[in-house]
Amino acid sequence: MKLRYFAWVRERIGKPEEEIEPPAGVATIADLVIWLSQRGEEYAHAFENPRVIRAAIDRAHVRSDAAISGAREIAFFPPMTGG
Amino acid sequence: MAATVRLQREPFDAASEAEKLRRGRSDIGAVVTFTGICRGDEAGAPLLAMTLEHYPDMAEAEIARHVAAAERRWPLLGVAVIHRYGRLQPGEDIVLVVTAAAHRRDAFAAAEFLMDYLKTRAPFWKQIELAGGGRTDKIWVEAKRSDDALADRWTPSSGRRAAE
Repeated sequence: MKLRYFAWVRERIGKPEEEIEPPAGVATIADLVIWLSQRGEEYAHAFENPRVIRAAIDRAHVRSDAAISGAREIAFFPPMTGG
Repeated sequence: MAATVRLQREPFDAASEAEKLRRGRSDIGAVVTFTGICRGDEAGAPLLAMTLEHYPDMAEAEIARHVAAAERRWPLLGVAVIHRYGRLQPGEDIVLVVTAAAHRRDAFAAAEFLMDYLKTRAPFWKQIELAGGGRTDKIWVEAKRSDDALADRWTPSSGRRAAE
Protein backbone atom coordinates (compact mmCIF):
# COMPACT_ATOMS: atom_id res chain seq x y z
CA MET A 1 0.00 0.00 0.00
CA LYS A 2 1.04 3.58 -0.56
CA LEU A 3 1.69 5.88 2.38
CA ARG A 4 1.65 9.64 1.99
CA TYR A 5 2.87 12.21 4.46
CA PHE A 6 2.04 15.91 4.69
CA ALA A 7 3.23 19.04 6.49
CA TRP A 8 5.60 18.49 9.39
CA VAL A 9 4.96 14.73 9.34
CA ARG A 10 6.51 14.71 5.87
CA GLU A 11 9.37 16.94 6.98
CA ARG A 12 10.27 14.74 9.94
CA ILE A 13 10.11 11.48 8.00
CA GLY A 14 12.02 13.05 5.13
CA LYS A 15 9.87 11.91 2.24
CA PRO A 16 6.40 12.64 0.85
CA GLU A 17 5.41 9.05 0.14
CA GLU A 18 6.49 5.44 0.05
CA GLU A 19 5.19 1.92 -0.67
CA ILE A 20 5.07 -0.45 2.25
CA GLU A 21 3.82 -3.91 3.12
CA PRO A 22 2.98 -4.05 6.82
CA PRO A 23 3.02 -7.48 8.47
CA ALA A 24 -0.20 -9.33 9.22
CA GLY A 25 -0.45 -8.19 12.84
CA VAL A 26 -0.74 -4.54 11.83
CA ALA A 27 -4.50 -4.26 11.49
CA THR A 28 -5.47 -0.67 12.30
CA ILE A 29 -4.21 2.87 11.80
CA ALA A 30 -3.03 2.89 15.43
CA ASP A 31 -1.10 -0.36 14.82
CA LEU A 32 0.42 1.15 11.70
CA VAL A 33 1.63 4.23 13.57
CA ILE A 34 3.34 2.02 16.15
CA TRP A 35 4.90 -0.17 13.43
CA LEU A 36 6.13 2.88 11.50
CA SER A 37 7.58 4.46 14.65
CA GLN A 38 9.86 1.46 15.00
CA ARG A 39 11.30 1.82 11.50
CA GLY A 40 13.66 4.60 12.46
CA GLU A 41 14.27 7.76 14.47
CA GLU A 42 12.70 9.99 11.88
CA TYR A 43 9.45 8.03 12.07
CA ALA A 44 9.53 7.96 15.87
CA HIS A 45 9.97 11.74 15.83
CA ALA A 46 7.08 12.23 13.41
CA PHE A 47 4.74 10.04 15.45
CA GLU A 48 5.99 10.92 18.94
CA ASN A 49 2.61 12.39 19.83
CA PRO A 50 0.06 10.10 18.17
CA ARG A 51 -2.81 12.22 19.50
CA VAL A 52 -2.03 15.00 17.04
CA ILE A 53 -1.64 12.69 14.06
CA ARG A 54 -4.61 12.40 11.73
CA ALA A 55 -5.10 9.82 9.01
CA ALA A 56 -7.00 9.26 5.81
CA ILE A 57 -7.61 5.98 4.01
CA ASP A 58 -8.25 6.28 0.29
CA ARG A 59 -8.73 10.04 0.68
CA ALA A 60 -11.30 9.98 3.46
CA HIS A 61 -10.78 10.82 7.13
CA VAL A 62 -10.61 7.82 9.45
CA ARG A 63 -10.12 7.28 13.16
CA SER A 64 -7.19 5.51 14.70
CA ASP A 65 -9.16 2.28 15.13
CA ALA A 66 -9.95 2.02 11.41
CA ALA A 67 -8.90 -1.22 9.73
CA ILE A 68 -6.22 -0.84 7.08
CA SER A 69 -6.79 -4.05 5.14
CA GLY A 70 -7.72 -3.33 1.56
CA ALA A 71 -6.49 0.26 1.74
CA ARG A 72 -4.75 1.49 -1.40
CA GLU A 73 -3.48 4.77 0.02
CA ILE A 74 -3.04 5.88 3.62
CA ALA A 75 -2.04 9.41 4.48
CA PHE A 76 -0.74 10.83 7.77
CA PHE A 77 -0.79 14.52 8.62
CA PRO A 78 -1.28 17.03 11.43
CA PRO A 79 -4.66 18.64 12.13
CA MET A 80 -5.70 20.67 9.12
CA THR A 81 -5.43 24.42 8.82
CA GLY A 82 -7.26 25.22 5.63
CA GLY A 83 -9.91 27.79 4.87
CA MET B 1 -27.84 21.93 -8.32
CA ALA B 2 -24.86 23.66 -9.89
CA ALA B 3 -21.79 23.13 -7.70
CA THR B 4 -18.29 24.31 -8.46
CA VAL B 5 -15.34 23.05 -6.42
CA ARG B 6 -11.91 24.18 -7.53
CA LEU B 7 -8.41 24.20 -6.14
CA GLN B 8 -5.97 26.56 -7.79
CA ARG B 9 -2.84 28.56 -7.31
CA GLU B 10 -4.11 31.63 -9.10
CA PRO B 11 -6.29 34.36 -7.59
CA PHE B 12 -10.03 34.10 -8.16
CA ASP B 13 -12.64 36.73 -8.93
CA ALA B 14 -15.35 36.49 -6.30
CA ALA B 15 -17.85 38.72 -8.13
CA SER B 16 -17.45 36.74 -11.34
CA GLU B 17 -18.01 33.41 -9.57
CA ALA B 18 -21.13 34.74 -7.85
CA GLU B 19 -22.42 36.11 -11.13
CA LYS B 20 -22.00 32.70 -12.79
CA LEU B 21 -24.23 31.13 -10.12
CA ARG B 22 -27.07 33.59 -10.60
CA ARG B 23 -26.91 34.11 -14.33
CA GLY B 24 -30.27 33.49 -15.99
CA ARG B 25 -31.99 32.46 -12.75
CA SER B 26 -35.22 33.94 -11.42
CA ASP B 27 -35.53 31.58 -8.43
CA ILE B 28 -32.50 32.83 -6.53
CA GLY B 29 -33.38 35.44 -3.93
CA ALA B 30 -30.14 35.36 -1.94
CA VAL B 31 -26.46 35.00 -2.76
CA VAL B 32 -23.86 34.96 0.02
CA THR B 33 -20.26 35.47 -1.02
CA PHE B 34 -17.59 34.81 1.60
CA THR B 35 -13.93 35.51 0.99
CA GLY B 36 -11.19 34.33 3.37
CA ILE B 37 -8.14 36.55 3.22
CA CYS B 38 -4.52 36.24 4.31
CA ARG B 39 -4.04 38.72 7.12
CA GLY B 40 -0.81 40.57 7.77
CA ASP B 41 -0.30 39.07 11.21
CA GLU B 42 -0.45 35.75 13.02
CA ALA B 43 -1.07 36.01 16.77
CA GLY B 44 0.21 39.58 16.72
CA ALA B 45 3.43 38.87 14.82
CA PRO B 46 3.80 40.47 11.36
CA LEU B 47 3.60 38.03 8.49
CA LEU B 48 5.71 38.09 5.34
CA ALA B 49 3.92 35.26 3.59
CA MET B 50 1.81 32.17 4.08
CA THR B 51 2.28 28.91 2.16
CA LEU B 52 -0.57 26.46 1.82
CA GLU B 53 0.29 22.81 1.28
CA HIS B 54 -2.52 20.51 0.26
CA TYR B 55 -3.40 16.88 -0.46
CA PRO B 56 -4.70 17.39 -3.96
CA ASP B 57 -6.70 14.20 -4.53
CA MET B 58 -8.36 14.37 -1.15
CA ALA B 59 -9.06 18.10 -1.05
CA GLU B 60 -11.49 18.16 -3.94
CA ALA B 61 -13.25 15.01 -2.74
CA GLU B 62 -13.53 16.30 0.82
CA ILE B 63 -14.85 19.71 -0.20
CA ALA B 64 -17.33 18.07 -2.59
CA ARG B 65 -18.56 15.85 0.28
CA HIS B 66 -19.28 18.92 2.36
CA VAL B 67 -20.98 20.70 -0.50
CA ALA B 68 -23.22 17.62 -0.89
CA ALA B 69 -23.90 17.68 2.86
CA ALA B 70 -24.85 21.37 2.65
CA GLU B 71 -27.20 20.58 -0.22
CA ARG B 72 -28.95 17.93 1.87
CA ARG B 73 -29.41 20.31 4.81
CA TRP B 74 -30.53 23.45 2.98
CA PRO B 75 -32.49 24.04 -0.22
CA LEU B 76 -29.56 25.52 -2.12
CA LEU B 77 -29.72 26.61 -5.73
CA GLY B 78 -25.98 26.90 -6.31
CA VAL B 79 -22.65 26.56 -4.50
CA ALA B 80 -19.09 27.48 -5.43
CA VAL B 81 -15.99 26.80 -3.35
CA ILE B 82 -12.57 27.84 -4.57
CA HIS B 83 -9.51 27.24 -2.41
CA ARG B 84 -6.06 28.47 -3.34
CA TYR B 85 -2.77 26.84 -2.47
CA GLY B 86 0.86 27.85 -2.73
CA ARG B 87 2.62 30.90 -1.38
CA LEU B 88 0.34 33.85 -0.60
CA GLN B 89 1.07 37.31 0.74
CA PRO B 90 -0.92 39.39 3.20
CA GLY B 91 -3.97 40.86 1.53
CA GLU B 92 -4.37 38.01 -0.93
CA ASP B 93 -7.53 35.91 -1.09
CA ILE B 94 -7.27 32.34 0.19
CA VAL B 95 -10.75 30.86 -0.13
CA LEU B 96 -14.12 31.66 -1.66
CA VAL B 97 -17.49 30.25 -0.67
CA VAL B 98 -20.58 31.31 -2.60
CA THR B 99 -24.04 29.97 -1.77
CA ALA B 100 -27.30 30.73 -3.56
CA ALA B 101 -30.82 30.02 -2.31
CA ALA B 102 -34.33 31.36 -2.56
CA HIS B 103 -34.03 32.88 0.92
CA ARG B 104 -31.21 34.43 2.89
CA ARG B 105 -31.25 32.22 6.00
CA ASP B 106 -30.36 29.15 3.94
CA ALA B 107 -27.64 30.96 2.00
CA PHE B 108 -26.04 32.37 5.19
CA ALA B 109 -26.26 29.12 7.13
CA ALA B 110 -24.80 27.02 4.31
CA ALA B 111 -21.91 29.43 3.81
CA GLU B 112 -21.06 29.34 7.51
CA PHE B 113 -21.36 25.55 7.60
CA LEU B 114 -19.02 25.19 4.65
CA MET B 115 -16.44 27.56 6.10
CA ASP B 116 -16.51 25.85 9.51
CA TYR B 117 -15.80 22.54 7.80
CA LEU B 118 -13.19 23.94 5.46
CA LYS B 119 -11.28 25.15 8.51
CA THR B 120 -11.15 21.73 10.12
CA ARG B 121 -11.53 18.99 7.54
CA ALA B 122 -10.17 20.24 4.22
CA PRO B 123 -6.65 18.87 3.75
CA PHE B 124 -4.60 22.05 3.71
CA TRP B 125 -1.73 23.00 5.99
CA LYS B 126 -0.44 26.52 6.46
CA GLN B 127 3.14 27.60 7.00
CA ILE B 128 3.94 31.19 7.79
CA GLU B 129 7.03 33.30 7.35
CA LEU B 130 7.36 35.93 10.06
CA ALA B 131 9.24 39.16 9.60
CA GLY B 132 12.14 39.83 11.91
CA GLY B 133 15.86 39.16 12.11
CA GLY B 134 17.97 38.38 9.08
CA ARG B 135 16.53 34.97 8.50
CA THR B 136 12.92 33.95 8.24
CA ASP B 137 11.84 30.48 9.18
CA LYS B 138 8.71 28.83 7.94
CA ILE B 139 6.55 27.85 10.87
CA TRP B 140 3.63 25.46 10.71
CA VAL B 141 0.42 27.00 11.97
CA GLU B 142 -1.37 24.93 14.59
CA ALA B 143 -5.03 24.06 14.25
CA LYS B 144 -7.27 26.05 16.57
CA ARG B 145 -9.52 24.34 19.08
CA SER B 146 -12.03 27.13 18.53
CA ASP B 147 -12.34 26.03 14.88
CA ASP B 148 -13.08 22.47 16.00
CA ALA B 149 -15.76 23.79 18.35
CA LEU B 150 -17.35 25.80 15.54
CA ALA B 151 -17.42 22.76 13.26
CA ASP B 152 -18.90 20.62 16.05
CA ARG B 153 -21.96 22.88 16.25
CA TRP B 154 -23.25 21.36 13.03
CA THR B 155 -23.30 17.71 14.13
CA PRO B 156 -26.61 16.36 15.47
CA SER B 157 -24.91 14.34 18.23
CA SER B 158 -23.77 17.57 19.88
CA GLY B 159 -27.25 17.83 21.37
CA ARG B 160 -27.86 21.31 20.00
CA ARG B 161 -29.92 22.04 16.94
CA ALA B 162 -27.83 23.42 14.13
CA ALA B 163 -28.85 26.83 12.84
CA GLU B 164 -31.58 26.55 10.25
